Amino acid sequence: MLIISGGRVVDPGNLDGITDILIEDGKIIEIRPEIRNPKSEIIDASGKIVTPGLIDMHVHFREPGHEYKETIETGCMAAAHGGFTTVCTMPNTNPVNDTSQVTEYILKRAAEVNSVRVRPVAAISRGLEGKSLCEYGDLKAAGAVAFSDDGHPVEESQLMRRALEYARGFGLPIISHCEELELVSSGVMNEGEVATRMGLAGIPNAAESVMVMRDIALCELTGSRLHIAHVSTAESVRAIRNAKKRGAPVTAETAPHYFTLTENAVEGYDTHAKMNPPLRSPEDREAVLEGLADGTLDVIVTDHAPHSSLEKEVEFDHAANGIIGLETSVSLSLKLIEKGVLTITGLIEKMSANPARILGLESGLKVGGPADITIIDPDREYVVNADNFRSLSRNTPFDGWNMKGKAVLTMVEGRVVFDELNIG
Amino acid sequence: MQFAKKDILDMASLSVEEITLILDTAEKMKEISERPVKKVPTLRGKTIVLFFYEPSTRTRTSFDIAAKRLSADSVSISASTSSMVKGETLIDTAKNIEAMNADVIVMRHSSSGAPLMLAKRLNASVINAGDGTHAHPTQALLDMMTIKESKGTIDGLRIAIIGDISHSRVARSNITGLTKMGADVVLAGPPTMIPKGIESLGASVTYHVDEAIHGADVIMMLRIQKERQKSFLFPTEREYARVYGLSKEKLKHAKADALIMHPGPVNRGVEIAPDVADGPWSVILDQVTNGVAVRMSLLYLVLGGLRHADY
Repeated sequence: MLIISGGRVVDPGNLDGITDILIEDGKIIEIRPEIRNPKSEIIDASGKIVTPGLIDMHVHFREPGHEYKETIETGCMAAAHGGFTTVCTMPNTNPVNDTSQVTEYILKRAAEVNSVRVRPVAAISRGLEGKSLCEYGDLKAAGAVAFSDDGHPVEESQLMRRALEYARGFGLPIISHCEELELVSSGVMNEGEVATRMGLAGIPNAAESVMVMRDIALCELTGSRLHIAHVSTAESVRAIRNAKKRGAPVTAETAPHYFTLTENAVEGYDTHAKMNPPLRSPEDREAVLEGLADGTLDVIVTDHAPHSSLEKEVEFDHAANGIIGLETSVSLSLKLIEKGVLTITGLIEKMSANPARILGLESGLKVGGPADITIIDPDREYVVNADNFRSLSRNTPFDGWNMKGKAVLTMVEGRVVFDELNIG
Repeated sequence: MQFAKKDILDMASLSVEEITLILDTAEKMKEISERPVKKVPTLRGKTIVLFFYEPSTRTRTSFDIAAKRLSADSVSISASTSSMVKGETLIDTAKNIEAMNADVIVMRHSSSGAPLMLAKRLNASVINAGDGTHAHPTQALLDMMTIKESKGTIDGLRIAIIGDISHSRVARSNITGLTKMGADVVLAGPPTMIPKGIESLGASVTYHVDEAIHGADVIMMLRIQKERQKSFLFPTEREYARVYGLSKEKLKHAKADALIMHPGPVNRGVEIAPDVADGPWSVILDQVTNGVAVRMSLLYLVLGGLRHADY
């Protein structure tokens, strides 16, 4: 038996106060102040925030196929160190997760690793090629929790319409990577003054929002659930806000880099600031913050995209898109509280309750429920050192940043998978 | 003054004093090229590698001649003969060149920022001979030298740059350099070729060539690439020549002694009419001559400059 004692327990819509949690056999047995049990091990959480296990519904682990960038094991360790108890892996592995065999392989590896929970997202289309549907029934039976061609837009509107409709039969959402490739053309960063000065080809905001608007139209046509991935522009935020007002079953996510950085981070041709969608203008960052504050954006994800120096220490034009985020996400997201964008409850909603609701996963601190718990120290100050990351990759623009607040303990089904509670 | 820069990457990182020193030194260097024996021993024993990832005749030859006039040894590597075709990374290739004790690497690359990437990692000097659509500082410097030769100064001149600004590293470097030296730069071209936010470099923008040319002291025409039709930047060469090309007719709006410049290679009859390219105020070939002088000046300055006084 284990008692998490004296922490501020925050479970959106359920709990917020100093209380204790008693855990046995991976389950929460009791939640009440001052539980005393001489046989129990005590985790002293006083001064800390105790929350339902955080969920990152958008990560890229590179197994199978590109294990030199990240394996399921190293990815899970990075997640645990970042305070996440559940991650949803995107299907752009090699082979692509477009069959139940690949889904089963990922889950088998995750079970062997036995760290955080892995819930795979399978492909919308076979081979991510946008030509034919995958077997959603088979994939769901194997354990897929959503469908996405993330990394590639579904260019053909008819396929997207049918994917939305067909997925509805299984009660699972479609996660859309919204990008109009013709408008992206050879673009490698946000279109605007910085790109012009640096001589880099630009990607206009419309390359994202045109597709967001199409997918919202298809969502309303079909009545099926649509989740928009990695929102980066003001126009997209506006389109999603309006769609929600009309009652469309649409949800959306953004990532810490979009609410923290702008296109200026690319200065010096820093390939660690190259991602897709690109870092945008200060006005877009402001719009993303507003979207988080007013609930237009439901979820904070990392879009954890590990790449090695082979893909990043090259010409900016040739560098791979993406950054890792699992081990910096909580610290960067906590800054939103300081800025007055979110309350701690609002933050936990976006990092646990909302993704759980969208994907039909368990979340929350309930007696009888699984003890998936994250403990956050809001006052822990530290400097990010990418060399200490558990991820196999180092592609982060946040190396060397001063942070205040981080996840210090991660528990999955009562097992402590990360513990830094009493360090520092 | 002592020239302290290890690398020449773009015009933004050069001060007015440094630009002046480069141009003054180039003027002295030009005299060497006019001697019967066009060679001095100044850079004897120095090794200069010309590392060209993009095809170039003019710029590479110009650097090669500049190196040889100063008695440096120059070696050329092009993309097709380099190990890049065997999958070696740019950084590895450059480190190998440096390991052979190259003193200067002159680099042209199709990716913006590639010379900066090497400059950060190498002890050798890196001179940017054109990177993507970012910068072409030696072209801007030779243009400035040519303008100064004819007009005596750059300060206060009205300079029109016309054509595909979006894809032009020459335009970017000239806008930055010329405005830094006090010129008033105006850009013209079809809106499809004017990149967002270019005004932030200090130039004004018009979509009308006549307006840009009006009262101009210098008119710089940019090369138009036929392939751009495929990305819908302009419909036909015919229309481009009519609306945006420089003809004798349009030239009437400029000052009578306006200089006509072009970085080459020229598409005769497209961005510039043949009679204008060959006309009395065309300095297109002077630009090429001055290119050698400017490159001699830069090689000399990055390799220790004023320590040698024997040219």
